[in-house]
Amino acid sequence: MTEEPIHLETDVLVVGAGGAGMYAAIAAARNGANVLLLDKSLIGRGGATIMAQMTVAVAVGEQTPDHWTHHLADTLNAGRGLCDEELAAILCREGPERIREMDEWRVGWTREDGHMKQVMAPGHEIPRCVFVDFLNTGPAVAKTLRTRVARTDGITKISNLSVTDLVVEDGRVRGAVALDLNGGRAVTIAAGAVVLAAGGLTRLYQRNSASVNMGGESYALALRAGADLIDMEFVQFFPIGHLAPRLVGMDPIMWDPFRYKLGGRLLNGNQEEFIEKYGASDSGTYTAPRDVTSYAIFKEVEAGRASPNGGAYLSFTHLDEATLREAFGPVINRLACNGIDLTKRPIEVAPIAHYHMGGIRVTPEMATTVPGLYASGEAVGGANGANRLSGNAITEALVFGERAGHFAAQAATNKVWNSSWADDAVGDIETMAPDSGNAPTFGELFGELQNLMWQKVGLLRTGEKLEQALSRIREMQAQDLPRMRPQNKGPFALGVQEWFDLRAALATAETIALTALNRTESRGAHQREDLPDTEESQTHNQCVRLSGGTLTLESVPVRRTEFEKVALGATE
Amino acid sequence: MKTAPISIQRGGGDTPDRTESFEVPYSEGMSVLDALIWIRNNADPSLAFRYSCINANACKECVLKVDGKTDYACTARLDEQGVTIGPLTNKTLIRDLVVDTLPPKERLDSLGR
Repeated sequence: MTEEPIHLETDVLVVGAGGAGMYAAIAAARNGANVLLLDKSLIGRGGATIMAQMTVAVAVGEQTPDHWTHHLADTLNAGRGLCDEELAAILCREGPERIREMDEWRVGWTREDGHMKQVMAPGHEIPRCVFVDFLNTGPAVAKTLRTRVARTDGITKISNLSVTDLVVEDGRVRGAVALDLNGGRAVTIAAGAVVLAAGGLTRLYQRNSASVNMGGESYALALRAGADLIDMEFVQFFPIGHLAPRLVGMDPIMWDPFRYKLGGRLLNGNQEEFIEKYGASDSGTYTAPRDVTSYAIFKEVEAGRASPNGGAYLSFTHLDEATLREAFGPVINRLACNGIDLTKRPIEVAPIAHYHMGGIRVTPEMATTVPGLYASGEAVGGANGANRLSGNAITEALVFGERAGHFAAQAATNKVWNSSWADDAVGDIETMAPDSGNAPTFGELFGELQNLMWQKVGLLRTGEKLEQALSRIREMQAQDLPRMRPQNKGPFALGVQEWFDLRAALATAETIALTALNRTESRGAHQREDLPDTEESQTHNQCVRLSGGTLTLESVPVRRTEFEKVALGATE
Repeated sequence: MKTAPISIQRGGGDTPDRTESFEVPYSEGMSVLDALIWIRNNADPSLAFRYSCINANACKECVLKVDGKTDYACTARLDEQGVTIGPLTNKTLIRDLVVDTLPPKERLDSLGR
C-alpha cells in the first residue's frame, strides 16, 4: 500500500504564483483569509509575468492627459466586438490603482521629468504604457510582488507543488489534489475557495514564448471541475517573435520594446515594406495591430517572399550605436554576446504564440460558474475579446488578481472536507499505466501536439485542418494518454508531472480546435482561410464546458456596458 | 549531421551515482538547456533537471555545473567539443541535476504538521 497523502488546509488556495496569483494571495490575506500560494515551479519565478519585458497599459495620464474610458475604447476596438465589456471596463478602471500601488511598493516604473514615463504602443490612441528599464518590467513586477507576499501575514508559500485536480463535491469546489515534485507524492488540500492563476497555453504551439508551465493547466482544471470556458478559439500570435540568428538568455518577444522606442522597419525577403498591402501602416512607427502584422508576415512567407529562415526582416540598420545604447543600455551588450549588431544587419522575426485571450468564464467578481472557484490573470477569458490590446496583460494580472483574492476571501467561509472525495485524483497520481513495452513517450506525444496545433490550429485555419486536428487530439486522449507511462517514480521524477501536463494540454487543445471549427468566420486572432470575412451574425462569444465526458458548446451574447469617453483636458 | 558529446553526472533518488554520455545533434548557437531538453525528449526521458522559462534567463531555475563551473543551462553555449554537466555541489542532491534549491520558506517539508 502507498502511504497516506500529506493533507493541508487553508481558507483560500491560490494555484499559480505569477503576477496574478501573488496579487490574489496578497488581496485574500488583506481581506482576512489564510492563504496557501502554490506554484509548480518556484514562487514568483514561473509563469508569464517574469517573462514580460515591457509595457503595461494604464490610464494614469502622467505623460499626456488620459482617462480610463479612453483605455477602454481602445481595448474594445482591439477586441473586434467580442470583449466582455464589464471585465474590460474593470481592467481599465482599476488599472491606475494597481499601478500606483505597485509604485508605492517600489517597482520602479521608469520616470522622466518627475512623472511616470508612458510610451505609445500598437492600438493605443495616446502614449499610455508604463515600463521598467531596461527590458525589466516583468522581473521588476515579479520581484516586487515576491517581496510583498513575504511581508504579508497569512500567506504560506509552497514551490514545486503542482495541482493535478480540483475536488468538487455537492456543486462546490472543496479543495485540490497536488503532486509534490520534490517528494514524488500526492498532497490533498482542503480550501474554502480556490483561485486559478496558472493561465496561459502557448506552450501548446511549436513556436511560442511560453515558459514550461504555460501548457493550459488552469483551463483544463476548470473544465474538469465543470466550469465554463469562453473565447477559447482566440490565441494571440505575436507578430515579430525572434527567429534568427539563435539568441539565448533573452525572451523571443524582446523586439517589441525595441519597436516601441525605436520604430524599426519590417521588410520581406526582398527587403520591401509590405504591411501596407494588408491594410495597415507601419513604416517605422509600429502602429499596425498585432493580428494584421502576423497575418501579413504569414502571407508574405506563403507567397515565397520570406527571409532566409522563413520569416521577415526587422531592420534597425538606419540607427547608430549611440542611439541604440541610449535606448537599451546593457541590452546592446547582451545582443553582442549573441553575435548581433543591429547597426550592421537586420534580424529575422516571425509570428510566435504569445497569449491567450480566451479562458475561464467569470463574473465581475472573478467567480467561475462553479461556486467557490475563482480565476485571475491570463486564466480569465473574455476581457480581451478576439484580440488583446498590447500592454493589457500585466494590468489584467494585477487587477484581476486583486479582485479574485478579495472576493475569494469573502467566499471562503464554508470549508468542508472528506478525504474520500480526493481518492480518485490521488489514485491518478499513484497509479500510472503498467509498462506495456512500446508505449509512446511524453516527448513524442507533446511534440506531435505542438506541431499539430501550429500547423492546423494556428494563425491560418481552415475547416478541414481543424477537423483533422480535432480528430487526432481526441485519438491521443482516448488511446495514447492512457498508455503513456512515466519512466520513473519518486523525488523529481518528471514523468509523473508530464503525464498530467499532457492530459491538461490535450483537454485544452480540444477546446481550441472545437471552438475554432465552430466559428465560421474570421475575426481578430481567429483567421479562417476558407471563411475570410467577419460575419456580423457571429458577434457573440462561445462557451464550452465538459458534461458527461463530452464538450458542449453554447453561444452567448457579448456582455455590454454603457460608457462614454470622458473629455480630456487640453494637452500641453 | 553534427553532434556534440554531453557527459552528465547522474544519481540520487533510487538510482546509483554514474556518469552517462549522450551524442546530441549540434547546431550553432545552441544552449546546454537545448541539449538537456533534447536528451529528455529523444534519448532518456528519466533525466531530471530544473527549468521554467526555457530561454529568457528570467526564472534562474536552471543553474548547474557546466565543466565544473556554476552556470545557467539556458545561457551556457555548447560547442562541438561538448561539455560535462553536473549538479551544484553545495546543496542536497534530489535526482540527477536537481538539487534542493527551494528557499526555506517555500518548502512543503517546512510546514508544521
